[in-house]
Amino acid sequence: MVELDRKNFDAEVLEAEGLVLVDFWGQSCEPCKALMPHIHALEEKYGDKIKFASLDISKGRRVAMAQGVAGLPAIYIYKDGVMIDDLRGDDATAAAIEEMIKKHV
Amino acid sequence: MSKIYDVIIVGGGPAGLSAGLYAGRAKLDTLILEKAKVGGQIVTTDEIENYPGSISDETGPKLIERMVDQINNFGVELRHEEVTGFDFSDKIKVVTTPQENYQAKSVILATGAVPRKLDCPGEKKFTGRGVSYCATCDAAFYEDLEIYVIGGGDTAVEEACYLTKFARKVYVVHRRDELRAAKSIQDKAFANDKIEFIWDSVVKEISGEEGVVDRMVLHNRKTGEDTEILADEDDGIFGVFVLVGYIPETKTFENLITLDEGGYIDAKEDLLTNQEGVFAAGDIRGKVLRQVVTATSDGAIAAIQAEKYIEENF
Repeated sequence: MVELDRKNFDAEVLEAEGLVLVDFWGQSCEPCKALMPHIHALEEKYGDKIKFASLDISKGRRVAMAQGVAGLPAIYIYKDGVMIDDLRGDDATAAAIEEMIKKHV
Repeated sequence: MSKIYDVIIVGGGPAGLSAGLYAGRAKLDTLILEKAKVGGQIVTTDEIENYPGSISDETGPKLIERMVDQINNFGVELRHEEVTGFDFSDKIKVVTTPQENYQAKSVILATGAVPRKLDCPGEKKFTGRGVSYCATCDAAFYEDLEIYVIGGGDTAVEEACYLTKFARKVYVVHRRDELRAAKSIQDKAFANDKIEFIWDSVVKEISGEEGVVDRMVLHNRKTGEDTEILADEDDGIFGVFVLVGYIPETKTFENLITLDEGGYIDAKEDLLTNQEGVFAAGDIRGKVLRQVVTATSDGAIAAIQAEKYIEENF
């Protein structure tokens, strides 16, 4: 899992080739923390086909907001630097995220 | 399908965890199924002042962590699976998840409630893009920005106070001309000079040009007037925190269990439902006060009722 911040976000996500999943989360977001082990499990399963990354919004609030993220949890999938799919809030369940990944890998 | 549990508890909030504690201590073979975060609604609460015996600076997550530690000591199994259906037609009941069909002698329904939505145009589209249902999750995005809290109950007014730690201004939009929140919470809010109230108003529409919320239309129910609210140009966004109460999470069993007219499980103090061996605990049942303290109380009673039922019937 690549840990993102305001400095490496562009290079790791927006300028990256192929598929990147970004898990936007925060220390005080309990639903995000509950989701985290599931994201790690999905990385085990699909990590060879899609790069997994996470952004703690305290390390890049403006970066997140520039991506249209103003609420957590938010899971985005980028392809060649362009966001192609997302899940937010209650919709971001482990099962729904796996379905979203399967659509694109 | 193989093992038969004594009791399966559906929902891992305070009611479910308390039921787990009592069932575990009673040496019942117990499984708790929780679809998302253990602790339910209370883990998004930053401050708990009214749970008897809470330590100072008690937060929802810390309280739940101790509850989970406690049940772990009694061998209760906790799995993160979403229950999709039930079969209560036989003496051995079946609880279905995408992973498994679980069997149990008794079932405790502690599924709780989820935040109510506004059901106005733009709400769904802008969820996570300015529309939020969780103050602790999303407050940090609104550092020095403006926030509109929709609602007038305990949660809405309490969270409005919390959000003033981040936002430069918090407006509380309430459909009536007085708050429903407890007097002590109201006093705190009225004394906070970052909070302003917009009375008799409901949200008619939420929209945004740049993919985030920058416009909202409020409708005044008394004057019939509509007011357009636009984001400050430098801000480009404002937050809309929807805290307008809860709706019971009954969709997986609404055809099997008798509900009251409010949509909650019709169970009295004995927590019996219309199905033998199936009990209700916590926010999911019709009651006058929905708090952690009443949820944990229900959990204890439900577990003891399940134990009694198993003794008498198996």
